[in-house]
Amino acid sequence: MADAAQTAAPQKQTTYLQAIVDAQTEEMDRDPTVIMMGEDLTVFGDGSLVQRFGPKRIWNTPISELGFTGLAVGAAMTGLRPIVNLSIGSFLFLASDQIINQAAKIRYMTGGQMKAPVVFRAALYYDRAIAAQHSDRPYSMFMNVPGLKIVCAAGAADMKGLLKSAIRDDDPVLVFEDARLWPSKEVVTTDPEFLVPLGKAAVVRPGADVTVVAIAGAMKPTLEAAELLAAEGVSLEVIDPRTLKPLDLETIFTSLAKTGRLVLVENAHRVCSATSEIAAAAAIEAFDLLRKPIVQLAAPDVHVPFSPALEKLLYPTRDTIADAVRRVL
Amino acid sequence: MTSEAGGTQARFTEAQAYEAYRRMVRIRKFDETGSRLFKQGRIPGAYHASIGHEAAIVGACMALRNDDGMTGTHRSHGHPIGKGADLKGLMAELMGKATGVCKGRGGSMHLADSSVGIIGESAIVGGGIPLATGAAMSALVRETSQVALCFFGDGAVNEGTFHESLNMAALWKLPAIYVCENNGYAVTTSIGASHGQPQISLRALGYGMPGVAVDGQDVTSVYAVVAAAVERAREGGGPTLVEARTYRFDEHSTGLVTGGPPYRSKEEVADWKANRDPVALYRQRLLDEGRPEDRLAAIEAEAAEAVAEAVRFAEESPLPDPADLYDAMFANPIAYPSRRLGQNA
Repeated sequence: MADAAQTAAPQKQTTYLQAIVDAQTEEMDRDPTVIMMGEDLTVFGDGSLVQRFGPKRIWNTPISELGFTGLAVGAAMTGLRPIVNLSIGSFLFLASDQIINQAAKIRYMTGGQMKAPVVFRAALYYDRAIAAQHSDRPYSMFMNVPGLKIVCAAGAADMKGLLKSAIRDDDPVLVFEDARLWPSKEVVTTDPEFLVPLGKAAVVRPGADVTVVAIAGAMKPTLEAAELLAAEGVSLEVIDPRTLKPLDLETIFTSLAKTGRLVLVENAHRVCSATSEIAAAAAIEAFDLLRKPIVQLAAPDVHVPFSPALEKLLYPTRDTIADAVRRVL
Repeated sequence: MTSEAGGTQARFTEAQAYEAYRRMVRIRKFDETGSRLFKQGRIPGAYHASIGHEAAIVGACMALRNDDGMTGTHRSHGHPIGKGADLKGLMAELMGKATGVCKGRGGSMHLADSSVGIIGESAIVGGGIPLATGAAMSALVRETSQVALCFFGDGAVNEGTFHESLNMAALWKLPAIYVCENNGYAVTTSIGASHGQPQISLRALGYGMPGVAVDGQDVTSVYAVVAAAVERAREGGGPTLVEARTYRFDEHSTGLVTGGPPYRSKEEVADWKANRDPVALYRQRLLDEGRPEDRLAAIEAEAAEAVAEAVRFAEESPLPDPADLYDAMFANPIAYPSRRLGQNA
């Protein structure tokens, strides 16, 4: 799925989380204006970066999500490229005023005089029995905000290349990482110029019968379903949008022209979700390509419960995805 | 910590004294004319005049260099003028013209002119406080000698952004100057009805930074206090909170009609206008100190002509081209789907 094979630099097995750390380290090495901000940075995953870059580039913040997010926007407007680590996606709600009212709008409101080249990182930290206030997958809420770019990819190499592109981009970019994927490994290039362009989807698994678009942590059960269905003689074309805004509808519609069938899978809440947007776009712009109704699999409109016995009911599985595909054959 | 910021009291040079008066008069005449145009329907939207705040604005701005960062508020016509901006692009912006300083995308509440160091005018109360603090942090990281000055009102100090930003600025000794234009009312809510502890400068104690209250109708006092804060910040001494006590002469927004009992008395407004007008006070002071009246009259005439020219420029300017609606959305133009979807709808 990644473009890593095209480069000559050494490749190594890398976890999704390490790919993110590597992306930041490489970009901080390359560009002295890149800084990091967030809570507990000196202790958790990025701790090694403090020794490497010093306290003027790694800012361990108080628990002030709104404040330090706004500081990062102000710093971005005045010559730096901050990476704000908001840790868990639910904390984005605390920071959202500065993201939505300042970062997203400042270029437009000033007629292009100002820019805010800032990256907001947040983990989708669900499916681990930590209940409703830490388990949000809020990317779709931010899709409704003009002026933001949004990354949410399933593969380690893609995350590395996209995060590097996001850091180099002159607009604010939200980069969502699926914490379920942190330990998953993939071959990733060490080429410091390896970039994945924002706004370009990837065909993760080519196929002929049904187009399945899967987002972040929904990719793994989707690929398992593809294996299962292959044994039944059904060929899935699996697409990772990788960037949710701007959304690469061309890749999805190109696949749809071939299959005529569309199944959408994600772990966020269904109402006004990323897959709702894809479904709407397909229905409005590509209705003539559809041979069957669109099927959407997402979490129901209910809070994430604490009990694992209840939480597991929320997310699509290999079997529910396979069943959905069978319904459109 | 809540008295004067120490050091020798900075005073205007002779040239600065005239320049301060010039900027104050330009703000006054710009907003008097703008308010009239607004009432005539020649300026759309909402109009928040800076009239009454001129000394607080100009006293603070005169202490800054051109490359120092600055943020303002919804009431920010005075801030770019106070920092030295040209009036033509500002007036064109108020009229929503293509030649506006923000190309007609910002308007009255976002009248930012980056050519004089303004990084944003936030119409979300308290929204600019973290931005200015971030600009101060950026100056520290980039090892420049820049400072960042943040204007906000008495209402904004009750926002979370104020608390979080001032804590971090003090913690990291950021070169930030927080200037509260305390005009006594957050829209219609008085200090007494919204602050458990009414002296805003005292809040600085809780963050570990100096806090200074100053007569916001006296441009030289504001300048002295802010200049001392700027000097401290440039030398690595960290941030200062300045409370400039001022008064809004017009309604919260021009033409606003408030129902119910009045939130401030006619007598109070009349008293401030008659006895505490910052432009009139400074004019009298310049005369008392022996400066010739014809020099002041020339400044006033020049300001009136500059405003008239700005109005002419704005009215003759074209409206933005509908084809440019998406301009300045992104650094790299993107044919994102909503464009096509919108056309299909």
